Amino acid sequence: MATITRLARTFGRFWLDFLFGDSPVLFPATLLVVGVAFALHRDLAAAVVTVPLLVIGLLAGTVYSGSRKPTAPEAPSGASEPD
Amino acid sequence: MVPVPRSPDAHVGAGPMSASTYTLLAAVFAACAVEMVEALTIVVAAGVTRGWRSALEGAGTAVVVLVVIVGAVGVPIVRYVPLAALRAVVGTLLLVMGESWLRKAVLRASGHKAAHDEDEIFAETCSELETGAPAPTRRDGVGFAVAFKGVFLEGTEVAIIVISLGGSQHRLGLAAAAAGAALVVVSVVGFVVARQLSEVPENLIKAGVGIMLTSLGMFWMGEGVGIRWPGGDLAIPVLVGLFVLFTLAAVAFMKSLAPAALTAGGEP
Repeated sequence: MATITRLARTFGRFWLDFLFGDSPVLFPATLLVVGVAFALHRDLAAAVVTVPLLVIGLLAGTVYSGSRKPTAPEAPSGASEPD
Repeated sequence: MVPVPRSPDAHVGAGPMSASTYTLLAAVFAACAVEMVEALTIVVAAGVTRGWRSALEGAGTAVVVLVVIVGAVGVPIVRYVPLAALRAVVGTLLLVMGESWLRKAVLRASGHKAAHDEDEIFAETCSELETGAPAPTRRDGVGFAVAFKGVFLEGTEVAIIVISLGGSQHRLGLAAAAAGAALVVVSVVGFVVARQLSEVPENLIKAGVGIMLTSLGMFWMGEGVGIRWPGGDLAIPVLVGLFVLFTLAAVAFMKSLAPAALTAGGEP
């Protein structure tokens, strides 16, 4: 039972880190882009212009904020960070 | 479990190689290669300090576990999940992953984030493991665990990419083969030139993978929610070109900001 709990915790921590670890804004903002894409899917011209622009804007924003905000230092060993 | 009826384009994957298939192969190969460089650094460190037998057994066990995960999760996904839903979910995941890789690559290339230093990781892992090292020929739990953890953690993201890319194109076998090829190439090259792992242009490869994952993720997410991209698969190279331009512009812009940003506490 303890092993299962530990595995479940590790699994949950992996996904939490995967989705929010690098930048907490990235995942919710991407979901917003998906929502916009769905809303625009009947208007092809608007969708194919808006969706890439939104992603570029999102990337530009998170890159810029990443350079301004101090974050936790990288783990000393590459073994603990799956990127 | 009852199979869910497929959408009309469910035959994708059985046909000839398309732009998205080539991008899939390139993305899986590059992602696997770059992750394996990181994993290999840890395996070599474990092998040198704790003995090769345990390190190789740990690495091999991790690879087997990852293959089992890809088979156990990937095959049911390919067989039972409707293609549109699969592409929407997988596209979103790939988009998040690609954005994350691209963001880090831009920050590293512009000097706002420390680049991975394989030599440093190797030295740190060695010094951590040297305490109480056993005779090189004996089995060692620490060496096994460190090598297993290194390969498994670095490989999990590759497994997600293989399942996502392979599943959404119904080319799971091809994606797994590309990952396997990268594993073999990096292992052979790594053991031949183990001391030069730090010379692999890791950040450049990561930027390339980030661009490919972001482009493929956006393409499939769009297809999944009902967007029909102009030109079909040919939209993928256009998206790749768009993100290459963005990356170059972002790196140039961020480099110009470097002094101010670093004094303001840029990412270490």
